Amino acid sequence: MSVGLENFLVVGALLFCIGLFVALSKRNAIGVLMGLELMLNAVNLTLLAFSRFTTSPNPAAGHVFVVFIITVAAAEAAVALALAISVYRNRSTVDVDQITLLRN
Amino acid sequence: MDGVGVTITFWILAVVTLGAALGVMAARNLLHAVLFLILTFIGVAGFFVLLSAEFLAMAQIIIYVGAIAVLVLFAIMLTPHAGRSNGETKMVLPAGLLALCLAAIFVFVLTDTDWSTVSTAPGVGVTGLGEALLSTWVLPFEMASVLLTAALVGAIMLARNPEDEIPEARS
Repeated sequence: MSVGLENFLVVGALLFCIGLFVALSKRNAIGVLMGLELMLNAVNLTLLAFSRFTTSPNPAAGHVFVVFIITVAAAEAAVALALAISVYRNRSTVDVDQITLLRN
Repeated sequence: MDGVGVTITFWILAVVTLGAALGVMAARNLLHAVLFLILTFIGVAGFFVLLSAEFLAMAQIIIYVGAIAVLVLFAIMLTPHAGRSNGETKMVLPAGLLALCLAAIFVFVLTDTDWSTVSTAPGVGVTGLGEALLSTWVLPFEMASVLLTAALVGAIMLARNPEDEIPEARS
């Protein structure tokens, strides 16, 4: 019994699909953001799996990419949650079905 | 990656991580969904340790569990009348179909491909990561700091309440 590259990749792919479903289907804007974080984590897992199991002239590349993705994810979470709070202050809701200002 | 211990650890982590992700999907209370999200982050950090990326596992714990999860909790508590419901929109059926089809394609392709892998880890330590960050990737590294500053200022500007400001400070 051994654990190979494809095991990690399948876990990453399933995590990505669960995150995609959460991001597309949740009613609460903060729930949508949690789906986004799940998808970013799945991508990090996939990058590190490839970095561990393959040869490369630049072996630190996968790790560096993960560092940048974590950085951008932190910035994205801060701005998106500030947006959610700002929308809540003006509309008293974060329900993505009810934020339809542009439709009218 | 051989060894019984590694295999058992992998399957435990896989069950915990995917189960917690399903909990994020299924939890009816938004606060419970955040707790499941934290468990997912910890599981992914465990995978990072298994892939011999200890520094990134620590960064994952500190940044995701320590900062982002707390940020999400704060956002939930600052939107008190929006409800704690974690319900779905009417797009739940197309989204579920899309996610299922994508998962099926992913699993088929990933298990069908003959990956050429190496058994020995490349061994990227903290030293190698730091040298790579400050030599090959020094320009993206600096741009990341600019991005973080811009996101910090933007988040403060968006989240502050103009009505709470002191009147003399506005003039």
